Amino acid sequence: MGENVVLAARHIAKSFGGVQALKGVNFDVHAGQVTTLFGENGAGKSTLMKILSGVIQPTAGEILLDGQPVEFESTTDAARHGVSIIHQELSLAPNLSVRDNIFLGREIPGTGGVDYAEETRQTRALMDDLEEAIDPLAPVGSLRLGQQQIVEIARALSVNSRILIMDEPTSALSASEVEVLFGVIRELKARGVSIVYISHHLEEALQVTDQAVVLRDGSMVASAPREEVDLPWIVQKMVGSHFDLGTPPPLNRDADPVLEIRDLSIRMEAAGGKAVNDLNLSVRPGEIVCIYGLMGAGRTELLECLAGRIPAEGGQILMRGEDISDMTIPERIDNGLVLVPEDRQRDGLVQTMSVGENLSLASILDFCRRAFVSDRLERGIVDRAIKEVTVKTDGPDAPVTSLSGGNQQKVVIGKMLATSPSVMLLDEPSRGIDVGAKGEVFRLLAQHAEDGLAVIYSTSEVEECIAIAHRIIVMNRGRIAAEFSNDITREEIMAASGEAVIA
Amino acid sequence: METTQTMTEKTAQPSAWQRFNPGRILLEGRAFFALITIIVVFSLLSPHYFTVSNFLTMSSHVAIFGLLSVGMLMVILTGGIDLSVGSVLAVSGVFAGFLMQGVEIESAGVILYPPVWAVAVLTIAFGAFIGAINGVLVAIFKVPAFVATLGMLYVARGVALLMTNGLTFNNLEGSTALGNTGFDWLGFNRIAGVPIGVIILALVSLVAALLLSRTAFGRWLYATGGNYRAAELSGVPTRRVTISVYVFSGICAAIAGIVLSSQLTSAGPTAGFTYELTAIAGVVIGGAALAGGRGTVRGTLLGAFVIGFLADGLVIIGVSEYWQQVFTGAVIVLAVLLNSLEYGGRRKT
Repeated sequence: MGENVVLAARHIAKSFGGVQALKGVNFDVHAGQVTTLFGENGAGKSTLMKILSGVIQPTAGEILLDGQPVEFESTTDAARHGVSIIHQELSLAPNLSVRDNIFLGREIPGTGGVDYAEETRQTRALMDDLEEAIDPLAPVGSLRLGQQQIVEIARALSVNSRILIMDEPTSALSASEVEVLFGVIRELKARGVSIVYISHHLEEALQVTDQAVVLRDGSMVASAPREEVDLPWIVQKMVGSHFDLGTPPPLNRDADPVLEIRDLSIRMEAAGGKAVNDLNLSVRPGEIVCIYGLMGAGRTELLECLAGRIPAEGGQILMRGEDISDMTIPERIDNGLVLVPEDRQRDGLVQTMSVGENLSLASILDFCRRAFVSDRLERGIVDRAIKEVTVKTDGPDAPVTSLSGGNQQKVVIGKMLATSPSVMLLDEPSRGIDVGAKGEVFRLLAQHAEDGLAVIYSTSEVEECIAIAHRIIVMNRGRIAAEFSNDITREEIMAASGEAVIA
Repeated sequence: METTQTMTEKTAQPSAWQRFNPGRILLEGRAFFALITIIVVFSLLSPHYFTVSNFLTMSSHVAIFGLLSVGMLMVILTGGIDLSVGSVLAVSGVFAGFLMQGVEIESAGVILYPPVWAVAVLTIAFGAFIGAINGVLVAIFKVPAFVATLGMLYVARGVALLMTNGLTFNNLEGSTALGNTGFDWLGFNRIAGVPIGVIILALVSLVAALLLSRTAFGRWLYATGGNYRAAELSGVPTRRVTISVYVFSGICAAIAGIVLSSQLTSAGPTAGFTYELTAIAGVVIGGAALAGGRGTVRGTLLGAFVIGFLADGLVIIGVSEYWQQVFTGAVIVLAVLLNSLEYGGRRKT
């Protein structure tokens, strides 16, 4: 390693509550090079990057900048040392101009207020450096995502960043925008800026990588220069041998489908295009189907449309042969179709309510006697649900916000199971929960599938596809790109999703 | 051995410990303690305050605000706000007054004098209708509640002024010959010494409390205010719930309008001016969160009594009207401050 290391992490550990996200990681950033961090979701990539950029502080270990130990107390502190991070979700104010965004919070004072002319001049100079024709006065909201990314980079450069951390910068970009971004990255390298790069698009990332580092379960498992690595090497290091998430339960393949989707199309929310395009799928009782795909593949739109949250543009959704396309959410729940949403906090839980009230919310009409809720019946259902989905809680009256992520997820699942559904949709059910809880959630699903519940879940982690699914559907840009049975290998799934190839 | 035992006891019962925390009790029961404090202080300052007749008089004042507050609570629980209640109170009172004057049907050449019970029913239906307009604007057309009901505040007040040409209906007594006497019964009569207005407040509160705590609708209401998107995905008919609370609030305002006109034996288009703010203050002092999802009828009633007993107490001891406003304002801000302490502290953990 030696003298060209500008930023080094030594034995960095970080715990969140009882979960150890990082277990003593060593990580080097080389001067004027792109160091790419590979790893599955939950491997600890984002946690490590947040520590290096001062968003959070490590539980143990130290950070060396040019060989000197430093402590970053905040992102501004890190930025003062020349370390900037560009998050997956951009942190720009869309209503302000490019110039105002770049100088937000450190406006150049002039006579009688802000020296806008000087700010504009400097912004233009930055854009010229990056060889991007972006008007300094254009509102950021009017720019394409790729250009917004460039603005974000320009902002980092304007504070003289020497080390730039990019978390999934290409996930929302078109192929030509990716090319532009890579051009900018090469330009930055030539100017001596060091870059830490994180991406799920493995092959794409390899195009710009100089140093590859692989994280798995909070530990660094491999590190090598570009010449020594190739795609299979990375995938093998990333996946390793994994925690057992269960096996698919037995399935009666002759049963009539409970859910049929015919030629379903969904309009994309932002600017034109289709989130889901002429999709066909049928699912039998007791069958577990996994939908794999990258961000923006249309998984969330598909599941939300099935549940009735967003309207379909065309096509049919049939439950046991009956068209439910025009039904409201409560009617679909009555028909046995329920959704466990991706974002628990935003769409799953009522934070002001107790564990018990959350669990009984969807099925409350079942235990009303005349006009009133029967406490006895409700308590019965809640106690059963807590036991069945194994929620660890002080009791039904505990606030739901007192639970851990995994237990909150079980409450959301328990709430929908209490309506006795025949099809359960789960959008990224393992997001933000630890490995132990993940196993419990999957076992719970497998167990109900054995009793005839059809399960459709989406995931962006390959390991979870193979675990309990009978069938794996790979989605790419609103279409089914491939369909596999569960004897498939990880590499084949990743290849079909467009993950390993540049789109 | 001994140390480990105390350790486990401490960790096992954090909630029990919190329950015996006097600061916590003071915070959670603040509206109640505020009311006790107000009663004690004014009783010491004036010999006229702590008398049965004074309490009954004050209570019938509170009845008006209390009715509006209970309706307002339902709306605030869903995360909305109803700024129109003061105007709806006025337009309902005027509507009732208008009916009492007799409705002339020109084509038939007759004047109909509906009996008092029919006047009350029609007026309540009228209030419900106005509430429904608010509800549809908010739930279906997604107009922010603040704006929709602000618009209704002006429209309803304007309609009230138009209906009377800016004047006041003074003759609400009806006549025996027409069979429509008894309108003043609501405002002046008492059952077992309790003013009818107070009894009506008690009944409406009871209905609201039962709705909130004992029915599926109540649960839906709390869920809609706590997290609209989660409630929607759980199959809660969020739109219907939203419309219903505005209808409920409109009904409460109409009832308050009838009771007030009856108490005054006149129906004026300027009645209830700025009462919506007093109603909101009652709800907030009662511990409800303006963001929705938290609040009780009991708390709101206490809040309404705090405001009413404070205002009347200040009058009794002869504090100038200007100072009354200062005190009321201070109490409201203090209440919100305590709200943010309670809910802010919880959210962080």
